[in-house]
Order: sequence, then C-alpha cells, then structure tokens
Amino acid sequence: MNLTKNLRSNMYVQLARRNLTRHSMRTVLAAIGIIIGVIAISSMGILGNSLKLSVSSSLGDVGNELIVYPAYGENTVTEKQLDQLKKVGDVESVIPVMISSGKVEYKSESTYGNVYGIEKDDALLLVEVDEGKMFRAGSSDCVVGASLARHFEVKVGGKITVKDSQFRVVGILEEAGFGFGISPDQGVFMSPQVYEKIYDDKEDGYNNVIMKVKTVDDIEIVKTAIEDRLNKKEEVVQVLATNSILDSIDEIFNSISLFLMGIGSISLLVAGVSILNVMLMSTMERTKEIGIMKAVGASRKDVLKMFMMEALFLGIAASLVGGILSLGGGFVVNILILKESSYFFAPSNFLYIIAGVLFGVVTSLAGGMYPAWKAANMRPLDALRYE
Amino acid sequence: MPDQIVELQNVTKMYTLGSNKIYALNKVDLSIKKGDFVTIMGPSGSGKSTLLNMIGCLDLPTEGTVKINGIDISTLDDDKLTAIRRNNIGFIFQQFNLIQALTAIENVEMPMIFNNASADVRREKALSMFERANLEAEYADHKPNELSGGQQQRVAIARALANDPPIILADEPTGNLDTKTGKSVMDLLSDLNAKGTTVIVVTHDQKLAEYSNLNIRLSDGEVCHEFD
Repeated sequence: MNLTKNLRSNMYVQLARRNLTRHSMRTVLAAIGIIIGVIAISSMGILGNSLKLSVSSSLGDVGNELIVYPAYGENTVTEKQLDQLKKVGDVESVIPVMISSGKVEYKSESTYGNVYGIEKDDALLLVEVDEGKMFRAGSSDCVVGASLARHFEVKVGGKITVKDSQFRVVGILEEAGFGFGISPDQGVFMSPQVYEKIYDDKEDGYNNVIMKVKTVDDIEIVKTAIEDRLNKKEEVVQVLATNSILDSIDEIFNSISLFLMGIGSISLLVAGVSILNVMLMSTMERTKEIGIMKAVGASRKDVLKMFMMEALFLGIAASLVGGILSLGGGFVVNILILKESSYFFAPSNFLYIIAGVLFGVVTSLAGGMYPAWKAANMRPLDALRYE
Repeated sequence: MPDQIVELQNVTKMYTLGSNKIYALNKVDLSIKKGDFVTIMGPSGSGKSTLLNMIGCLDLPTEGTVKINGIDISTLDDDKLTAIRRNNIGFIFQQFNLIQALTAIENVEMPMIFNNASADVRREKALSMFERANLEAEYADHKPNELSGGQQQRVAIARALANDPPIILADEPTGNLDTKTGKSVMDLLSDLNAKGTTVIVVTHDQKLAEYSNLNIRLSDGEVCHEFD
C-alpha cells in the first residue's frame, strides 16, 4: 500500500509513465522488440536445457560406475588383476565383462552386434529383462538387447547364430539407451563359459571391469585406490569415472544452451538498438522540456534519472510480457524439436526465463543510457531555444 | 556588499560568426540591489536576452565577472550553476514553458522535487504558491493546455516562486497575453516585489517601465541609459 502511494506521488515515476504513454504506438513497437528478444533468449535456453535433461535421463544412473580398461599395450584385465580389484574398499559390486563384436545372424538376416560374456547375476545388475527371463548360469541360452531384437523381429524362443553356434533367445532386454562399458541395446548376452567356448581363440581375461561404488561421492577415492593398487609399478589398467563423463556432457550441453541463447540474444541486441532509437527520438522531441527543467533546477543527475526511469519501465514491462510468453514459446519449441513436453516443466527451465527477463531489462537500460546521457548534458540555454 | 544581489563587472559576451566577432554584450557593468524591480529594455538584438540569461546562470560571459548573491558564477560547472538557479532564481518565460505531461500543480512542485522536498511538503507549498499567484485551487489538476494563457502564466509564476528564490527573472512575461491579463500579471510581480523579491523583467513594452525603480536600456550590447 505504502509502495503504491509512493509510486503515485513520485513524479519521476509519473512522468516516465506519462511520457511512455504519450506516444503509445512507438512505445509498443519498441516493447515488441524487447518482448521478442526475451522470448528468443528464454526459449532457446529452455530448448538447450531440455536437450540436456533428455540426454541425461537417457544416460540413466550410470554416475556411480567406474570402468576399468586394460591400459594401452595391455590386451585384457587379467584374473589376478580382477582379484586385486575385488579387494578395493567402498565398492558395491565388481563386474568383469568379456566383449567381442561380430556378426549376429537370425534366419536369413545378419547384423553386427556386441557379444557379452557375463555372469547371470552380474548381468542383472547392469540390465533389465523386458520380455522372457535372464539366461541360466552355464546354459547355452542368451538374451538380446532391445534394438537388436527389433531389428531381427526376433521373439523369445527364437534362435540366433553367433560364430556358427546357435543360441536360444530366452529374454529381450529393456531399452537402455547410451551406456558406458557396455551398450546393451545392440548386444547379445551369454554366460562366460559359453562365450569362452565360441571365442576359444581369444586371450584369457576380461575386456573391462565395471565397478559400482556405494556412493557417487566416493568415486574419486575409489578411482585413486584402484590406481594405487594396480598401477604401482607400471600402468596396467585405465580407470574411467562415468560421473566425469556426465560432467563433460553437462558442460557440452551448457555450451549448447549458451550458444542457443547467444543466437536469441541477437534479437535482443536489435531490440536494444530500437530502444536507443526511440529514446533518442523522444530526447530530441523533448529538448525544450529538458531545457525548462534544467532552468528551474534539474541537475544532470535528475534528467538522467528521468530518462533512465523510462527505459527501466519499458524494459520491465516488455520483459515481463516476454517472460510470460516464453512459457508458451519454450513449450512449443520443446514439442517441435524434442517431440516431447515433459522436460519443459523442469524447474531449471524457469531460471532461463528469469535470465531472459533480466537480459531484457538490462538491454533496455543499455539502450536508454546514451539518450539519457545526451539529455542530461544538453546545455540549458540551447535546449530552451530549441523549437 | 550583501544588498547587491546581482553584480556584473565588465561583462562581455562575444560570438564568432565566421570571421566576424559579434558582441552580444560589450563591457557591461550593472548592479542590482536586493528588492529592486528592474526592467531591461531595448530593440531586438540589443543583448537583453543575453543579459537575462547571464543573470539566470544559463549563459556564461566571455569576459568579466557575474556575481549572484555574492557568488562569482563565471567559473562554475553545469551542476553548480544548476544548484544556484534552483535556489536563487525563478524563471518566467514569454511562452510560459510549462511541462505538458504534468498537471498545473505538478509543474509548481517540480522545482521542489529537484530540491528533494517530500511529497506532502511539496503539495502544501505548491497550493500556497497557487494562492500567491492568484490561481484557484480547482485548476490544480488541469493539464497546461486546458488553461488560458493568463492562467498558464500564473502557474509559471507559482512555479518560479516554488523554491522561494530571492530573484525572479521574467522574459517578456506579458508578450503572449492580452492587455488586461498582462496587467494583472505585472501587478502580481509588483506585489511579489513589494514583499521583498527582486524582480528583473525584460520587455519591449514601454509601459512596463512604470513598475520598475530601475530601468536599463540596452543598445548594441551596451548599457546606454539607466533610470532610477
């Protein structure tokens, strides 16, 4: 209540409001520029953020995994090294995986896929069965990834051929998306015993070992512990922390968001120039008025305040409208580009709207600065004589 | 000399127009005492307005010194000049020069805003200035273009009085008014003068000289006559 009363009795505020409404068409046009700029920035930011969210959600909760690879020059992670890995503390599970890529055949069709030799219980820690069941330990059955199954149109019970051996498909896995260490969607999973039988020409040992740590916070500690234990003499394994991959993906998408917002900000720049133009026009038109005010005692600061107030009001009003419309804009962009709206409602998206609104206000102020400065520094006598 | 409210010594204002030097004022000495009613007369281009602008701290001399209330303004910067205008000088213009976006009362309040007066003080003071300028309070919320010329000039006078300046400067205050309204405006200025305000009027109108106790005639930038 007190604030509204103060605003009403503050003549700078009144003057700014009246001067803005004096040329309402011009004001509206300048405002439209800001509105579009704010929408562009906010929507682009929301798009980038939603992209990031959709990628991170398809990455799932891989953040608490460490993947141990043989170091450069080594072919496999050996049994002995695996035993050492199992002794590292703060680890929930150690999952050795054998991987080969090769031709997978079904009926007359064939494609390339990854063949994984992995213990049944370990497999259950990494993937989930959608249809059917997991293979039994030691059996010559297999489960296949979702996209491989889709490709072959193979059903549970079908028989696929890997390296001239036939395997019965007992289960089809859930879609897993992109993964580290293993990529289940394009994979064939079987028990290590069977795997070793068909790939008997390969060297003993594992292609990688996936280690799940108890909490993500421990990941760096565990990583160092592994390196200390195994790489003491020479580097035999490489350890990859998936959370650092997620971090760099985050970083990449933040850059993308920033880039998209940069594109959006070009329109805001244009809007800033139009504010500059409009304010400059009104400065020229009001030259005499400025002269009068200076004659009756307005200091440069007073005049500056008056004009900046106008730019501020215009900026706030237009940016708020832009912010509200960005809600719709972001939604539409998400549907058009991501074909999905669910990521739109993430709270982090609203930060981009706030950012857009702030940019809008700052742009208006920046655009109003030169005209205000020009008005403030007019010589009162010249201004008074201006007709 | 505290009773010398305006003092010009050897004031010259020169403009260069191409290679010609034009003297708007040429070595003018002038002294105005507190409580004087001064009329400045002379043909167009005689330097009347330049002289008025100089006294009003809107213009600075090329040479010489101008003292307002004992302060030499010749070397002051824009903001200091503004402060002197704000506290010492009330302007009345031929064209009234009211701010169209503001109501009559807000126009009167304006100089007080620049003096950081609070809203309540401003309104009260502005209304009392209305009274002194013989304006009815009912016109307070009218925009300038809804008022007659005489009313507008009264608003301008009320505005000029807002910060209680010791000096009122009027540039052809009756120039845009009919004779009767013009007379009432001059009577008002005379009234203010009687209460102690120094009034300086620039005019073409010979008849206004009868209000003054000091009549200055300018010709080609020089003071040619001073009548007491």
